Amino acid sequence: MINTFVGNLGHFMVILAFVSSLVTAYSYYRYSVASPLDKPSWQRFSRIAFYIHAIASVSIAVALFNIIYNFRFEYFYAFSHSSRSLPIHYMVSSFWEGQEGAFILWIFWNVVLGLILIHTNKSWEGPVMVVFALVQAFLVSMILGVVIGDLKIGSSPFILLRDVSNAPIFQINPDFVPEDGTGLNPLLQNIWMVIHPPTLFLGYASTLVPFAFLMAGLWTRRYHEWIRPALPWAIFSAMVLGMGIIMGAYWAYVTLNFGGYWNWDPVENAVYVPWLILVAAIHTMITFKRSSTALKTSIVLVIASFVLVLYATFLVRSGVLGDSSVHSFTDLGLSGQLLIYMFFFLLVAVWLVARSWKHIPTSTREASVYSREFWIFVGATTLGLMAFQVILPTSIPVYNAIIEMFGGVSNMAPPADQVEFYTKFQLWFAVALALLTAIGQFFWWNKINKKELKEALVTPYIISLVVSAIIITLGKVYDISYIVVVLAGAFTIVANATILIRILRRSSFKLAGGSLAHMGLGLILIGVMFSSGYSDVISINMSGLTYKKDWEDELNKENVLLWINKPLQMKGYDVIYRGRYKKVRGVSEYVKADKLASTDQVNEAIALEDIVVGDRLYYAKGDTVRVVLEENSYFKVEYYQDQKHQFTLYPMSQPNPTMGLISSPDSKNFLSQDLYTHVSAINDYEEPEWKEDQIFEASPGSDFFMNDFVTRFEGGEVLDELEGFSLQEGDVAVQANLVVLDNDVEINLKPVFLIRDNRVGRIPDVNHDLGVKVEIENIVPEENKFVFKVNTYQKDYIVMKAMVKPHINVLWAGTLLMLFGFCVAIYRRYDEFVKMRDKGLE
Amino acid sequence: MKKGHILGLGVIAIAILIIVTSIGDASSYENFATAKAMALNGNDNPIHVVGGLKKDGSGSVVGLEVSEDKTSFTFLMLDSEGQEQQVYYNEPVPADFARAEQVVVIGSYRNEELFVADKILMKCPSKYQETDLQSASL
Repeated sequence: MINTFVGNLGHFMVILAFVSSLVTAYSYYRYSVASPLDKPSWQRFSRIAFYIHAIASVSIAVALFNIIYNFRFEYFYAFSHSSRSLPIHYMVSSFWEGQEGAFILWIFWNVVLGLILIHTNKSWEGPVMVVFALVQAFLVSMILGVVIGDLKIGSSPFILLRDVSNAPIFQINPDFVPEDGTGLNPLLQNIWMVIHPPTLFLGYASTLVPFAFLMAGLWTRRYHEWIRPALPWAIFSAMVLGMGIIMGAYWAYVTLNFGGYWNWDPVENAVYVPWLILVAAIHTMITFKRSSTALKTSIVLVIASFVLVLYATFLVRSGVLGDSSVHSFTDLGLSGQLLIYMFFFLLVAVWLVARSWKHIPTSTREASVYSREFWIFVGATTLGLMAFQVILPTSIPVYNAIIEMFGGVSNMAPPADQVEFYTKFQLWFAVALALLTAIGQFFWWNKINKKELKEALVTPYIISLVVSAIIITLGKVYDISYIVVVLAGAFTIVANATILIRILRRSSFKLAGGSLAHMGLGLILIGVMFSSGYSDVISINMSGLTYKKDWEDELNKENVLLWINKPLQMKGYDVIYRGRYKKVRGVSEYVKADKLASTDQVNEAIALEDIVVGDRLYYAKGDTVRVVLEENSYFKVEYYQDQKHQFTLYPMSQPNPTMGLISSPDSKNFLSQDLYTHVSAINDYEEPEWKEDQIFEASPGSDFFMNDFVTRFEGGEVLDELEGFSLQEGDVAVQANLVVLDNDVEINLKPVFLIRDNRVGRIPDVNHDLGVKVEIENIVPEENKFVFKVNTYQKDYIVMKAMVKPHINVLWAGTLLMLFGFCVAIYRRYDEFVKMRDKGLE
Repeated sequence: MKKGHILGLGVIAIAILIIVTSIGDASSYENFATAKAMALNGNDNPIHVVGGLKKDGSGSVVGLEVSEDKTSFTFLMLDSEGQEQQVYYNEPVPADFARAEQVVVIGSYRNEELFVADKILMKCPSKYQETDLQSASL
């Protein structure tokens, strides 16, 4: 049965949200310009309008989630982003896998932020909410799904599958509902993908707040008063956006196969750039609060950060990146709408700024080199240059698109080695930033002169030299540019720690945000240097037995082929691949795949043997077990050093019908390094192509070779009962006990030969790991011999890559410290705002 | 000269440096003929070539050779002009490679016969989202 109600409700709510946002914008505009006498009634009306908008927006989300949660596959969104086998927390990921869901998430956060602003501000409420409501109108229009003639406005998440698909089934039966959806992209089936998108979108949404305050300020001619309420929000936004970026990086590190946390992919760059600009904006805003300089710079930076978020959205969602990015979304035909959205706010902002430019106070005083402002300004400039360096080449597909739009031909492509290209600039900019923060922080209390500065810097300078020397010696950092990175990182950590200690001694902790965040930057620098600069591929075949062609000699083979059970010597470790495993709900360890037989039910299997871990019996033979995402196989790889087992890793892989082989790495985390392992190719396992029959004759106690394995025929035995088969009077069932030796493991194979009324039945035994199928072809009692028919195929193998990432924990620690610093700063600035507001000096 | 001016000049200088390097390091889309001409002229910068896999009449891929240790492979690719070229890739065969409708190889000629890809991007047909892209790069 097709349930059209929930979709219609959802679509109605979209329209209601759209209309109510326009009404809110208009009524808040009237409120802002109304006379004091009329204000209360306009305010009441505006708030109600926004509340209606809020309820409608939340209802959109509820309706969409209902569709996903109840497996309403008659809807295209549920069909293409979800499936029955998904656990509930991944249904949440399905929600925002599609673009429409992502927009809903964005709308939702804006609603939350809007409600907070309404209730924390007094005089700012009107003008700020006008901007908010307009942004909401644009966002809701993205999911409006209204078609007027040839014009399509927005892409609705509530369309039915039958309206999208040309599948012939819908002509026969319009009420057809597919059994199951196509499922969530397996790469997104990760806990970080449940929390990363909401965080990132909260970051996106919150860049609106400082922008809205700025627009309100320019409009109502409060050219500098907007900074105080905007500042805590700007820091909040930078914190959340930063957190979202780091979660994304961490997700990439634990789920994706490219072997790192940051790849300079256009999609990553598109969020990194607004973040840099936002951080620059925070710094100039702080400068303005202290010394009334850099107001114009702050204004430009706040606008830039907001517009860059829209530009990022455009890049990622318009399809313009095309073949230059791994994870750009498909084009839903929203590019035009996204461009209008971006240019509308850009032009309004430029117009408002141009109108007020001559009224904006500037400081004519030249900033002294011995002032904080000067150094912060240099720092903000550096951040701006960093952003410029990244956005310029990232936009290459946009230039091509523009040139082609005017009929030209452009064959410009992004840099071939993105990591190298971006790193060579960004690294040195980051070193410069680290040094600037170290020096800049010493102007904390007031201006100091050259002599005082020298005195203040001398101690941290010496300590950081000592610290660097220790790091360089212990970490064996002998590359000159890396040594510079260590020095800069250590200097900023030590210098900011000095400041931190002084702050803690003299005043309150809430002033410490800056120094904490800057110490985080130092740690990040050092962590990035080690984990990337000294990342070492250890999956190099050291056994001496390689298959290289002559001319391949200079190419490094970074993958190794591991045959099952066969040890291989790699750099630093011996490794053995032990076969495929599955994750079973409730069982503390992975379960060998051939202990389970899959059933018709999704994620359900029958245990073919007892499942025992340690002393505990989890499932008995014949029990039904719940498999966690049955498509996922975990490949057991044991690591040895000096013949001793060190640890075992289970990198994941799933052959996906639409996406090919999807693999996720597994890492062994040590305090000082991570050992990262991933599968790059696997054997075709499910439907082997058996090679031609081979016939062996063997008498009990003798050996023969089967697929190169020594096989011992221990003897035959007559069975009294046969599993899955009821033996009748007069039946004879003979089982042959074969033991196959593969390196250090023995595998028992037990084919059965059955005689009933002169008819013969043969039950083969198959082992997928070894790639053998063996049958008793015949029994020759006279000669005391069994005749075996053996078929073989490729024994199981994996091709894998492993690398060591030293000191990656320093990087994660640095990011956490930086985020914590942001939080302290938010608290301080918000506290200031509240105190001033309550004094009536909002 | 004021400090502000010096700073401004510095910023402009760095910005110009960034623009020049970006243009210099930007790769380009070529076909095999122009790529080979570049290589013969001593320009071994990696370039992008867009094309498809060589297929026989029945649509199955021909010329895919996997090395014995399965860690690298060569294949035959036809660029947009239809020129055939053997391409080597020093990574295992990406799953679904044979199904790719379009491949983009990023790399350069090693010698006149062989193009070595540093990175391969594939476009695979999928049920509804026909422009799904996958990177086979590592």
